[in-house]
Amino acid sequence: MDGIAASLRNVNFFYGSQQVLFDVNLEVPERGILAFIGPSGCGKSTLLRSMNRMNDLIPGARLSGEVRIGDEDIYRPGADVISLRRKVGMVFQRSNPFPFSIAENVAYGIKINRLARDRATRDAIIERSLRSAGLWDEVKDRLHRPALALSGGQQQRLCIARALAVEPDILLMDEPASALDPIATARIEELANELKERFTIVIVTHNLQQAARVSDRTSFFLMGKLIESGETRQIFSKPVRKETEDYITGRFG
Amino acid sequence: MNLRLRNSANWIMLTLTAVCTVAVLIPLFLILYYVIRQGAAGLNWALLTRLPAPPGESGGGMANAIVGTLELLAMAIVLGVPLGLAIGVYTAELGNGCGIDKLAGVVRFGADVLTGIPTIVTGLFVYGLVVVPMHRFSGIAGAIALALIMLPVVSRASEEVLRMVPHAYREAALALGASRWRVLRDIVLRSAKPGLISAALLGVARIAGETAPLLLTALNSSQWTLRPDQPMASLTVGIFNYAVAPYDDWHRQAAAAALTLIAMIVLLSLLARAWGRIGEVR
Repeated sequence: MDGIAASLRNVNFFYGSQQVLFDVNLEVPERGILAFIGPSGCGKSTLLRSMNRMNDLIPGARLSGEVRIGDEDIYRPGADVISLRRKVGMVFQRSNPFPFSIAENVAYGIKINRLARDRATRDAIIERSLRSAGLWDEVKDRLHRPALALSGGQQQRLCIARALAVEPDILLMDEPASALDPIATARIEELANELKERFTIVIVTHNLQQAARVSDRTSFFLMGKLIESGETRQIFSKPVRKETEDYITGRFG
Repeated sequence: MNLRLRNSANWIMLTLTAVCTVAVLIPLFLILYYVIRQGAAGLNWALLTRLPAPPGESGGGMANAIVGTLELLAMAIVLGVPLGLAIGVYTAELGNGCGIDKLAGVVRFGADVLTGIPTIVTGLFVYGLVVVPMHRFSGIAGAIALALIMLPVVSRASEEVLRMVPHAYREAALALGASRWRVLRDIVLRSAKPGLISAALLGVARIAGETAPLLLTALNSSQWTLRPDQPMASLTVGIFNYAVAPYDDWHRQAAAAALTLIAMIVLLSLLARAWGRIGEVR
C-alpha cells in the first residue's frame, strides 16, 4: 500500500430530491482489495458507481463533494468522463458480455481506446487479458465462438478480462459473484486475489464471508453513511462502532 | 378446479388456438394457390423479357414493369429506409432523459398518424408536391410517395428493435470508455442488425404491393423507363390496368404479373435475411 488511488471528500449523493449518500469521506489505497459491505439500499453500489460516473446515466442523479481518482477531480466541470472510465474499469453484478465473439469482447476496449497499433499487438493484449482473468486455457481454441455460449462463471471472467484489457488503474466490482454458484464464486475470489498485486480493486458485496476472505480493507455502510472503515481483520474481529458489530454478527441487515 | 377439468380446459384451448391458426393460414394458402394456378398459365419468357403489346394485339410482356417496380422499390428504399432508421434511433436512443424527450414523443406520435393516412391520400399529396410543379408524372414522384408510406413502418419497427437491446450492453461499453456514439454504432446497431433488417423489410413489404399512390405519381409507361423524371411502369399498376381491361390475353398477363410480383417479394425477403446473417457469430 504505497499511495492513494482514490479519495472521496464530503460526498453527498441524490436521486432527485432523495439523498442516498451522506457526507462520505474515504481514501482508497493503491493496490489491494477494498470491500464495501452493508445492508441493501445502504448506498454502497451508488458510491462505487460514482467512482466511474456510471450514475451519470440516471436522470436526476446528482453528486456534491469531491471524488479524486489519482490527482484528478472527476466531477470538475469539463472532466473527461471517457478517459476516466478507461482508468477505472468496472465489472457488473450480472455478467454482460456483448453478443459477439469471445475475442471481440476483449478487443472492444482495445479498439475504442486505440491501444493496439496492429493485429499482433491486439492479439497479445487479448491473450494477456484472458490469462489474467484465468480464462485463457478454457477458451483459447474457441476465441471466435460466441461469448454468450460460455457458462455464467466464464462469462463473468470474460467481463473481467474485457475490463483488464484497457489496463485500468482501478477495478470496480459490483457484487461480481452474486449470480454465480460457489465454485465459480471461488474462482472469481481467487482471481481478485491475484489481481490485487497489480490493480486497486474495490468490491461491493452482500456476502460477509466473501468480504472477510478476499479484502484487505473493509468499509461498512448503513443508510447512506459510512459507519466504519479499516483493516478487514480489525472490522471483523473488533469493530469500533456498535452498528458494525451488530451487522457482522447478524443482528440486523 | 380438479385435474380432469383443468385437463379438458387445456384441451379446449389448445384446439381453439389450432383452429385459429388454421383459419389464418387458409386464406394465405388459398391466395397463393389462386395466384399460382392463374398466373402459371400466362407465365412465359416473353412476359419477363418483352415490352407490352399495343392494345388489341396478343403477345408482348411486362419486362418494363418488372424493371420499373425494382427501380421504384430501390429509390423508395434509398429514401425511406435510412430516414426511417434515423427516426427509430432518435426515438429509441435520444428520446430518453434531457429536454428533447418531449420532441421524441411528438415524432413518435407523428409517425403513428402517418401510418394511419390512407395511401391514396399520400399519393395525392405527392401529386401536388412533385407532379404538379414538374408538369409530369415521374418515377421519382412514385418513389417519394412510397418512401413516405414506408417511413413510419420502418421507424416504429426499428424503435421497437432498438429498445430490445439490453441496457447491460450499453453499460458495459460505456464503462470501457466508449462514447455515446460509439456505443450506438458498435454495440446497439450491431446487435440489433438482424432486427433492423426485418424492420426495413416490413417497410418494403408494406409498399411493394401499393397501387393507388403510384397511379397518381409514377402513372405507367409502355416503354423502358430508366429515367426517374419520366413516368414509370410498375407491376402493380400494370396488374390493375390489365385486370380491368376487356381482353382475355391481358387477364392472363395480369395473373402472371401478380405471380411474378409475389415471387420477387419472397426472393427479396430471403436475400435480406441472408444478408442479416452475415457477420453473425455462431
